[in-house]
Amino acid sequence: MATYLEFIQQNEERDGVRFSWNVWPSSRLEATRMVVPLACLLTPLKERLDLPPVQYEPVLCSRPTCKAVLNPLCQVDYRAKLWACNFCFQRNQFPPAYAGISEVNQPAELMPQFSTIEYIVQRGPQMPLIFLYVVDTCLEEEDLQALKESLQMSLSLLPADALVGLITFGRMVQVHELSCEGISKSYVFRGTKDLTAKQIQDMLGLSRPAVPIQQGRPLQTPEQPVISSRFLQPVHKIDMNLTDLLGELQRDPWPLRSTGVALSIAVGLLEGTFPNTGARIMLFTGGPPTQGPGMVVGDELKTPIRSWHDIEKDNARFMKKATKHYETLANRTAANGHCIDIYACALDQTGLLEMKCCANLTGGHMVMGDSFNTSLFKQTFQRVFSKGFNGEFRMAFGANLDVKTSRELKIAGAIGPCISLNAKGPCVSENELGIGGTSQWKICSLDPSTTLAIYFEVVNQHNAPIPQGGRGAVQFVTQYQHSSTQKRIRVTTIARNWADAQSQLQHIEAAFDQEAAAVLMARLGVYRAESEEGPDVLRWLDRQLIRLCQKFGQYNKDDPNSFRLSESFSLYPQFMFHLRRSPFLQVFNNSPDESSYYRHHFARQDLTQSLIMIQPILYAYSFHGPPEPVLLDSSSILPDRILLMDTFFQIVIYLGETIAQWQKAGYQDMPEYENFKHLLQAPLDDAQEILQTRFPMPRYIHTEHGGSQARFLLSKVNPSQTHNNLYAWGQESGAPILTDDVSLQVFMDHLKKLAVSSAS
Amino acid sequence: MSVNQQAHAGPPYGQPQPGYQGYQQPAYGGQPLPGVPQSQYGAYNGPMPGYQQPVPPQGYFPSLGFPSKGSPVSLNSDTSSLAPNFIGSLRAPPTSGAPPPASGASLPSGHLAYSQFGHGDVQNGIPASAAPMQRPPASQPFLPGSAPTPVSQTSTFQQYGPPPASVQQLSNHMAGMTIGNTAASAPPPAGLGYGSPTSVPPVSGSFSATGSGLYTPYTASQGPPPTSVSQGLPLAQSPFPGQPVSAQRPPAQVPGFAPPPSSTGIGPSSYPPTTGAPRPPTMPGPPLPGQTVAGPPTSQPNHISSPPPPSAMSGPHPGPPMSGLHGPLPPTHPPQPGYQMQQNGSFGQVRGPQPNYGGAYPGTPNYGSQPGPPPPPKRLDPDSIPSPIQVIEDDRSNRGSEPFVTGVRGQVPPLVTTNFLVKDQGNASPRYIRCTSYNIPCTSDMAKQSQVPLAAVIKPLATLPPEETLPYLVDHGESGPVRCNRCKAYMCPFMQFIEGGRRFQCCFCSCVTEVPPHYFQHLDHTGKRVDFYDRPELSLGSYEFLATVDYCKNNKFPSPPAFIFMIDVSYNAVKSGLVRLICEELKSLLDYLPREGNMEESAIRVGFVTYNKVLHFYNVKSSLAQPQMMVVSDVADMFVPLLDGFLVNVNESRTVIASLLDQIPEMFADTRETETVFAPVIQAGLEALKEAECAGKLFIFHTSLPIAEAPGKLKNRDDKKLINTDKEKTLFQPQTSFYNNLAKDCVAQGCCVDLFLFPNQYLDVATLGVVPYQTGGSIYKYAYFQLETDQDRFLNDLRRDVQKEVGFDAVMRVRTSTGIRATDFFGAFYMSNTTDVEMAGLDCDKTITVEFKHDDKLSEDTGALLQCALLYTSCAGQRRLRIHNLSLNCCTQLADLYRNCETDTLINYLAKYAYRGVLSSPVKTVRDALINQCAQILACYRKNCASPSSAGQLILPECMKLLPVYLNCVLKSDVLQPGPEVTTDDRAYVRQLVTSMDVAETNVFFYPRLLPLTKADVDSDSLPAAIRNSEERLSKGDIYLLENGLNIFVWVGVNVQQGLIQSLFGVSSFSQISNSLSTLPVLENPFSKKVRSMIDMLQVQRSRYMKLIIVKQEDKLEMLFKHFLVEDKSLSGGASYVDFLCHMHKEIRQLLS
Repeated sequence: MATYLEFIQQNEERDGVRFSWNVWPSSRLEATRMVVPLACLLTPLKERLDLPPVQYEPVLCSRPTCKAVLNPLCQVDYRAKLWACNFCFQRNQFPPAYAGISEVNQPAELMPQFSTIEYIVQRGPQMPLIFLYVVDTCLEEEDLQALKESLQMSLSLLPADALVGLITFGRMVQVHELSCEGISKSYVFRGTKDLTAKQIQDMLGLSRPAVPIQQGRPLQTPEQPVISSRFLQPVHKIDMNLTDLLGELQRDPWPLRSTGVALSIAVGLLEGTFPNTGARIMLFTGGPPTQGPGMVVGDELKTPIRSWHDIEKDNARFMKKATKHYETLANRTAANGHCIDIYACALDQTGLLEMKCCANLTGGHMVMGDSFNTSLFKQTFQRVFSKGFNGEFRMAFGANLDVKTSRELKIAGAIGPCISLNAKGPCVSENELGIGGTSQWKICSLDPSTTLAIYFEVVNQHNAPIPQGGRGAVQFVTQYQHSSTQKRIRVTTIARNWADAQSQLQHIEAAFDQEAAAVLMARLGVYRAESEEGPDVLRWLDRQLIRLCQKFGQYNKDDPNSFRLSESFSLYPQFMFHLRRSPFLQVFNNSPDESSYYRHHFARQDLTQSLIMIQPILYAYSFHGPPEPVLLDSSSILPDRILLMDTFFQIVIYLGETIAQWQKAGYQDMPEYENFKHLLQAPLDDAQEILQTRFPMPRYIHTEHGGSQARFLLSKVNPSQTHNNLYAWGQESGAPILTDDVSLQVFMDHLKKLAVSSAS
Repeated sequence: MSVNQQAHAGPPYGQPQPGYQGYQQPAYGGQPLPGVPQSQYGAYNGPMPGYQQPVPPQGYFPSLGFPSKGSPVSLNSDTSSLAPNFIGSLRAPPTSGAPPPASGASLPSGHLAYSQFGHGDVQNGIPASAAPMQRPPASQPFLPGSAPTPVSQTSTFQQYGPPPASVQQLSNHMAGMTIGNTAASAPPPAGLGYGSPTSVPPVSGSFSATGSGLYTPYTASQGPPPTSVSQGLPLAQSPFPGQPVSAQRPPAQVPGFAPPPSSTGIGPSSYPPTTGAPRPPTMPGPPLPGQTVAGPPTSQPNHISSPPPPSAMSGPHPGPPMSGLHGPLPPTHPPQPGYQMQQNGSFGQVRGPQPNYGGAYPGTPNYGSQPGPPPPPKRLDPDSIPSPIQVIEDDRSNRGSEPFVTGVRGQVPPLVTTNFLVKDQGNASPRYIRCTSYNIPCTSDMAKQSQVPLAAVIKPLATLPPEETLPYLVDHGESGPVRCNRCKAYMCPFMQFIEGGRRFQCCFCSCVTEVPPHYFQHLDHTGKRVDFYDRPELSLGSYEFLATVDYCKNNKFPSPPAFIFMIDVSYNAVKSGLVRLICEELKSLLDYLPREGNMEESAIRVGFVTYNKVLHFYNVKSSLAQPQMMVVSDVADMFVPLLDGFLVNVNESRTVIASLLDQIPEMFADTRETETVFAPVIQAGLEALKEAECAGKLFIFHTSLPIAEAPGKLKNRDDKKLINTDKEKTLFQPQTSFYNNLAKDCVAQGCCVDLFLFPNQYLDVATLGVVPYQTGGSIYKYAYFQLETDQDRFLNDLRRDVQKEVGFDAVMRVRTSTGIRATDFFGAFYMSNTTDVEMAGLDCDKTITVEFKHDDKLSEDTGALLQCALLYTSCAGQRRLRIHNLSLNCCTQLADLYRNCETDTLINYLAKYAYRGVLSSPVKTVRDALINQCAQILACYRKNCASPSSAGQLILPECMKLLPVYLNCVLKSDVLQPGPEVTTDDRAYVRQLVTSMDVAETNVFFYPRLLPLTKADVDSDSLPAAIRNSEERLSKGDIYLLENGLNIFVWVGVNVQQGLIQSLFGVSSFSQISNSLSTLPVLENPFSKKVRSMIDMLQVQRSRYMKLIIVKQEDKLEMLFKHFLVEDKSLSGGASYVDFLCHMHKEIRQLLS
């Protein structure tokens, strides 16, 4: 197995791809029996230190329906200067530039180590990046002040030539004109009225005058580019101006929030002026939309915002309309290649449930915090503009992901921050998993960690087996606008062996990537949960798990105790156990907004982060040895331990009972107990490390035994000890959890029982 | 009045009367006939026809003059001057020996004229003097009561009326109706009269000479007069007393007159010759005529002297003559006195005469006959017809010196042209309320019969001269003003306290209401509350109550109002420099916002908006370093983008506002936007006020037809072809009802809109004006605005408009005592029901005309009461009630009604009525209706109040003798009869302007003031005497000033001395005068100073800054100028005064027949 683990890791590092199966079942029937679909997690822009982009255009297969990119898997006839496409077997002439090609003089794309390669193409005008701030002014003074400062600060983080714009909203929506001197000027829109893009452009004076005003008059100076960008100006030109403007923003005296219209206007503005150019609409909102299209809750304080309960009872009267509004907007935005970030900071819900698609479909960020005046927001926001190792912004725009498969495979769909481009083709399956029916997707904004799940279908019929030693291939072609405004194309071509599931099941089994599989299944589950009832999804997940266990477990019929899983599957049920309890599938104890928030991030993070989200990691710090990972189990909660839990969204530092008492007694301040001080400090340092890098910044919770915030920990750990079984389990240790949830042990027992049952 | 008196006089004459009556009747018979011929003549000729028939109608036809002559007849009634002449000729000679002189002096011209017309006419006129006869009777009774002078003129006319009657009678008696008459009276006088008249016109100066000439003829007739005189004398005795009264004023003149007497003497002599000859021949009547004549003459002279002279010459003259007359001419005087009496208000007594009146009319027949004489077609002498100038002068001299004390019920106040002080002793000052009549018919039948509209012109927030005190503010505490339980009338001086002061009985509805404990006060022995003099609401006609929260919208005390300045920044506005000008001006103007008396700074907040086809709002919050502009492009659905910082206190945001006003012109300096919106601008202001929960005023500066896509978008629909079609009314109607609805919303919020227009082409004032009009706002229009020439005018208007006192969110209700009811309202306001006049804003210049109708009988004892209550928010945001009370008399005799009318107010009402009529009826219909109504009014008078006279004689009530001339001005105004150069917008503009005008404004608007500058006394403050608006009055060697409230023309004759030109214009010759001047150059010489100070003085008097236009004689602009010479025939077809008078006469005769 070590080999497979290495292989998997290697591939991931090189190509940013992790398949659920690394040896593929060779027929459709067998593939379906594998339960976990053939699928992969693709991180299109995975950071590669060792990947210098090449400065030329990729060579494409000449077959119009194929257009695969020349890659190391292609057979090359150096003498004839021909190459055969490994997807469609079309034979292609090399372009003239490749005249000097030979076995010793290969272009990079033919070298095996360049299964992933990046091209820089010089096509079209380079458009600067665009950042359009959409700012809620319906905030508490303190919040607004903090937000203003963050925004002012952000100006210094933007690329100097980036265009920046400002829209503020409260009861009205104001589009600020940034080009004028002296008096500051803004266009104001009613917050209750939705406008078409055309209307918005007319009202902003962006539409081209249809007819020259007077015939006798000389034509106006040629197309003033200025006019279209009155509202979007290069940062370096107007940063002072904008800083002042932000500084003078007044709180909206009317406590109404027209988020829907504000977004609509932002979208319309960019749509009219910079279609298909990398642009971020950054929405900062301090509460739910309370009026106009997209309103989520009425403006009367007595009406609370919808809860899951209301939604179930169909009592959320604004939800459907609002969702529709934002979906329409999101689709328009995506169609224009722009993205929407949502930075929502409020103690109560802000309508993320309704607005989520704006971020989900466009690849935008979604950040949820309690207040703009928190480091969580401030640092997260700052991190949006963080730069990679090579000094480039960790953001890319307008990506177009094109997936090509060899004939035995078809594409079933993708799950991630993307929308379908509706590219039908021979390799598109009729069965859809996630966003399907296409071989191309648009990812309006992505960063090096953005990860899509892509599902395939083996279409090879059972009676037409694949020749031994044949390989299936998949090519991912991602065209995108780099943060430097270059247009780039990254091409990843991978191949895997086919195996006959009947004769070579153990190969397939061994090549199972249970982590990837868990995440891929989780994504499917979460994707379903968005549209289906929670219990149905859980049942589906359970059934899949049971089937998987039935397929790959070793057991005697009806003898649960005989049940064994091979090492490559051993963790999978546990992942599923935690997944079932995760906020991605459980809405209990989570507001609709929180669910949306969690799901948003789950659908775009890479495998490692996703796994953390499914099954948080728990470290224990004690005087008994170096920090060690411990089971995410209530039994790990011991009085003389400090626990550090990372759930991706939260970092919890939990002081055991004894430790907490020591700390209260102030031992850490006594020189003779310096080691205690160090012990206390160790988890903090580690947490800091995580906090430094993660986006969005997690909620940092420092608590102790009995603290109210300890609930974050208690709700995550496997309730192996509860008030029900505390004594049954003896005085072993740990902390009882007050819950009716089943523990992992019970879960596994049931699983085994069901797996071995001949009835199912 | 005078007429009535005459009528009354008639009776006294009784003796003659009998005869007269008899005659008259016949005369009437004759008249009808004439009437037929009239048709031939045509409208104006109308009167003539009558005459013609008797004589050679045809002859008359040819010359309009005849008609005019016919009119001359009317003249009799109209101008005292004429009358005098006539009188002189007829009656005067003897009695009037004195009078004639007077008349001679003042009226000579008039006489001449008259004589011209008619000698025949004159004679008729004289006959009219029958009136005198009437008067005598009347006068006798009345004499004591009233001061003759004021009325005298009219009276004279009236007199004339009568005389004619007498003449007619004579004629009738004499021989064949027509022939005899005509031959007798007409020919001789005509010949003589005309000749002399023309020459005579010179007026008084020449009078003596001409007068004598004229007189002579008259004198001839005088012969007869004596008889009349004798009659008169008897009557006169009583009259005399009256005369004395009149004499009081005239005294000065008297002396002058005295001489006339001599002339009269002459006159008589002359008369005998001319008239005497003719007449005698014609009729045995001479004796009768003589009687009548005599009566009349005397009276005429008196009247003449008093009236005519006064008018023409001066008040005094008449007086003197009067006095003189009285002394000498007792008989004649009687009539006069009577007239005078009536004028004074004693009229009521006169009733008796009325019967006689009936007789008087017959007089017309005489005309018929006289007209005959006119055959020698000649013009009616303009001097012989009632002169507004004269009337104004008379009133000024008679009533300008003493304060008008309002304590007495039903007093007719001095004319609006007279400067007088008012002492409030229980009735509202005429500055607040003026009525068409101060004596209301007791029954609706009477009212219908008379056709005199009963209307009050109310200016609730009128500005008072500094000498008069503002209404006191009364605070009745938390329970609010004390009101009648049933009709809710407010406590006023007419409320009757009963039961020892514990209750009061409402003077309007008679309901008894408990006096609230805190308001209780004991009564003194007369039943007056002890605190009567301490409480304004018990002792004054006008006062204010502090309103309680119950009187406030939503039961919340209002916030201080706001002013929002909304400036068009489209290409035209920027290019013309307007935007810069406004911004510059606002910087200083904002320091002069209206404030409550003692407050240090104005409570009014201000806001700014600019717009073209989008709107720009400005945040000028004091904490900002720079103003912020907020553009709202969504004009389809207007809203206000900000609340905090839009409406600000000027002092707090001073620097930000200054910065904004500096930047606005810069920001739009390069604009290419030519399209504008309009309705959204108002909506924006409205919304802003709504958001701020206050009332306020929008000042909109707008340049063009709003064609940009937006609500209230308009299209150019100007179509001059519609003029004189049934569709003409559409030019005055708004294009769309959108603005009406908007106006309604504005009113509901208390959002008043003032609109300043700067059009370079049609911009549909009719539609744009809807909102300003219905919200109680003003419209100012500066066509082809040019910075150099128009900026002063605009800035002055703007300053005044911003600074003037204004109330917001006002509701006015007029309560009346049982019997009459306010039924119709005219002015700039909105009404959501039939009783409440709602005005978003009401400033000190806005006037509402209210018409009353009977719904029951009134009683003479109790009279009629009006209470106008205006609830409004003051400029400091205080909710107040302003109450004006007015008590009127009631009458059962028509004569009383006619004696207490006010023509200026009547014209105000009629003009407004007509101007509203054009919205729904063809203009022609409206004009005809106007003429018809006035004809009915006058006919009713003639029929019921005037003493018997020839049908050919036009007899006008003293109080209404200017009705024809003013009515004609209304009829030929731009709205009702547009000239080719008048734009549709101008008409709509004027139409709306007039609707809010007060009486003084309509007076000068319709009959402009024409002042001979060269006659001005450079050493005094006074204005030179005005002259009548006719080109004939202009001398080539003089410079004149004409003002009508909107424009000032300075007309320079071609022969003006170079010295004058040099001192006024600073150029050396006539040809060098630039007519593009908008102001006179400032030159350091007495003449220039005087003229400029005069102009300044005039400007101050008017609510709008008048545009100064220099007109050089024989220059292109003179056409425009001539348009304002309203006594002349106008280019657009408007009748001359003389022609119109004839026409009226015809109409009246038709009605009478």
